[in-house]
Amino acid sequence: MQLLRAILQRLLTTAITLIGVAVIVFVVVRVVPGNPIAMMLPPGATDEDIARLTAQYGLDKTIPEQFLIWARGVLHGDFGTSITARQPVLDLVLGRLPATLELSLMALVIAVILGGIAALTGTRKRDTLTEAGIDITNGMALSIPDFLWGLLLILAFGVLVPIFHISGRVTPSLELPFTTDFYLVESLVRLRFDLWLDIVSHMFLPALALAIPLAAIIGQLLKQSLKETMHLDYVTLARTKGYGENHVILREALPNAILPTLTLVGVQFTFLIGGTVIIERLFSYEGLGNMAIDAVINRDLPLIQGIVILFAVIFTAVNLVVDLLYAVLNPRLRHG
Amino acid sequence: MNLNRRSLLQSSAALAALSVTGLPAHAAIDELVIAYNVNLPSWDPTVGPSAVNPTIQGLYLSVFDQFILQQPDLKPAPGLLTEWGWNEDRTKVTMTVRDGVTWHDGSPFTAEDVAWSLTRAADPATGNPINFVWSTLANIKAEGNTVTADVKQFDPTIFKWMYFLTGYVLPKAYFEKVGPEGFEAAPIGTGPYMVEKYERNAFVRLKANANYWGGKPDFDTVTIKFVTDAAARVAEVESGNSHVTLEMPYEEYDRLKGTLNGIAAPISDIGMIFLNDIEVMTDPNVRKAAVWAIDKQTIIDRLLSGYGVRIDTLQTPEYEAYDPSITVPYDEAAAIAALAASGYGPDNPVKFKIQTTKGFKPKDYEMVQAIVGLWRKIGIEAEIEVYEIAKHYELRAADQLAPAAFYNWGNSVADPTTSTGFAMFGPSPHSVWDGEDLINMIGPLWGEADEAKRIEGWKAVDRYIAENALVIPLLQYVQPILSATGVTVTPHASGALLPHLMKRA
Repeated sequence: MQLLRAILQRLLTTAITLIGVAVIVFVVVRVVPGNPIAMMLPPGATDEDIARLTAQYGLDKTIPEQFLIWARGVLHGDFGTSITARQPVLDLVLGRLPATLELSLMALVIAVILGGIAALTGTRKRDTLTEAGIDITNGMALSIPDFLWGLLLILAFGVLVPIFHISGRVTPSLELPFTTDFYLVESLVRLRFDLWLDIVSHMFLPALALAIPLAAIIGQLLKQSLKETMHLDYVTLARTKGYGENHVILREALPNAILPTLTLVGVQFTFLIGGTVIIERLFSYEGLGNMAIDAVINRDLPLIQGIVILFAVIFTAVNLVVDLLYAVLNPRLRHG
Repeated sequence: MNLNRRSLLQSSAALAALSVTGLPAHAAIDELVIAYNVNLPSWDPTVGPSAVNPTIQGLYLSVFDQFILQQPDLKPAPGLLTEWGWNEDRTKVTMTVRDGVTWHDGSPFTAEDVAWSLTRAADPATGNPINFVWSTLANIKAEGNTVTADVKQFDPTIFKWMYFLTGYVLPKAYFEKVGPEGFEAAPIGTGPYMVEKYERNAFVRLKANANYWGGKPDFDTVTIKFVTDAAARVAEVESGNSHVTLEMPYEEYDRLKGTLNGIAAPISDIGMIFLNDIEVMTDPNVRKAAVWAIDKQTIIDRLLSGYGVRIDTLQTPEYEAYDPSITVPYDEAAAIAALAASGYGPDNPVKFKIQTTKGFKPKDYEMVQAIVGLWRKIGIEAEIEVYEIAKHYELRAADQLAPAAFYNWGNSVADPTTSTGFAMFGPSPHSVWDGEDLINMIGPLWGEADEAKRIEGWKAVDRYIAENALVIPLLQYVQPILSATGVTVTPHASGALLPHLMKRA
């Protein structure tokens, strides 16, 4: 009952958050300098031409009027039409969302693996040179931003030792039998490992660039949690029972130490999705982030609004899921 | 070499990765891959913001033909229209349509397509941003292989627009059958390449049009990847993932032009500084000093590695109204004297703001920094404001630019109306100089029917602008193109990178 009430409360606050985001983004994109009409004005356009174009895109109305028209459309599933692509915004963003989600999830998996290995190794080899090496590596991984990692990876594995693709999501000449835009998942489901490998070879470098800073954070936090847990009485008791160090770390300490990391991973995942904007651009990856940059450059107001709203939905949904997962995993919360 | 289990596994994994990922080897080129610098948001070349984006035109020109062909040197040539012209009193136009051309779906191209495309372009409801140009023609009719139209308002440049923005011929029957959405999904044209596959924000894969009236292109298959980041484009050609790319930092171009083919040719794009007739810019001495104090050639040599052509008017040497006798020398002493005449100098500097983009064009911000440094020496204290290009457009349309504002101006039809005309004619939304004298000089030229007189008129305008320092032309840009050794690229002075102009070396 308590859990159900908590969920309902979160859903309510989520709805309020989304409305707030919608209002803010709608107003901000119209208030900041640079409007799409000025960008497409041809040489010699008269005042009448400007007025006609402005009316054609509905920008001749007041901002509250424009918002009401847009909000009414959104309630009916119509997020408007992109000014540059002249396609429904919802189709465009939903068409690109799978690419970004797959990239983000791959980055998350890589980050968890790298961060987990670093944390477990650091704990196992605590107070040795190995731990110091892991700390230094973590510090470097954290201090270099993801786009710079991207450039370094392009140089290393795209140019010097060209074993991965450095642009796009899939080789253009391949025939894709997919019915969804979740290429990575669908290639596995269809057992098309040739396509899967091609997709992975395109996604690996951008995913790794996104993952490295997150892996460092996970590694640091998990190692710290593990080290603190290792001093607790029940862990000492496990040792006195004769369990080996690996068993103590993995079976006794890790289940408790992982909770703060789990919360962090949830929060960081949302930042990771935000990070795809630059990384997708750098790797010419056809996701939402790449589309977002074009939308901003071209002042494609309906598309910017659609992308920001979708990002907001993802952020709040991920946070909601993490909170629920935390409640389920944490016995103190689970049992009230 | 010691072979142990670890090294064997490492070698095997690397070999496996290399073999399965299908990365390109440096061999004979079967499929041409181009790393392009912009995305293609929409396939209709006559509607919306993409239609007036000069950088995208190269993509459109691969699939669609314009009414009139534009050659790499910007000069017109017979294309889908083989002949065109006015009648004696300039009240009618007549155009002859090429025979034997087919659309990509195999259906015949006819004069009806031309008449429909012109009529559609003039209809404001379609969203053509340049409809006001096309609407100077009316009562457009096709008969046999001839298209005629009445001239509602004489525009001496109307045929030039037929190889400029939105001047494309689209398939009437196909478009009416599939509608705008269907056309976006499966566009067809009469151009050298047919669209095989298109992934938004990723790539377009093209197949050669074997029936192209201009001859089948050299490469059967061309993939154009949209790689908007310059560093990534360089990596694309350096790694062999792409065979051709363009628009990279000149330092990178210089580094790679030894191992790859490099072409750096001037294009119809200039760097300039708008002067707005507000605040201190109403003082001719300040304007003249600002112009004379800029050492353009040194800026080109130092900041652009010499890749640029110094200009003193808004015309480049390829433009029809280019007049090499109009020069504005770099003269620091004259600049100091001009400022002194208005009571300014290093101890009492004249102050104004200069706006610029940063990274929109090569070294834009750095050039403005250098100019501000040169100005400071003579007694001009300019404050730099960096803005986005979108803000520039908005401020310019509202005539609210700062007293000085850096911009780049493209004019791929090489006509003076689309350079000096629109940039300097007060009532134009692209001009911020509102002087009546200039408006009176330019006004009669819009409808001048005598071509020689018209061009001479624009040269006189340019001379007046230069003498009165109403704008600061800086340089004509040079476009760097890198290609694999197996490809020969013919650059197009419009800046469009056209795959059908690429040949096997």
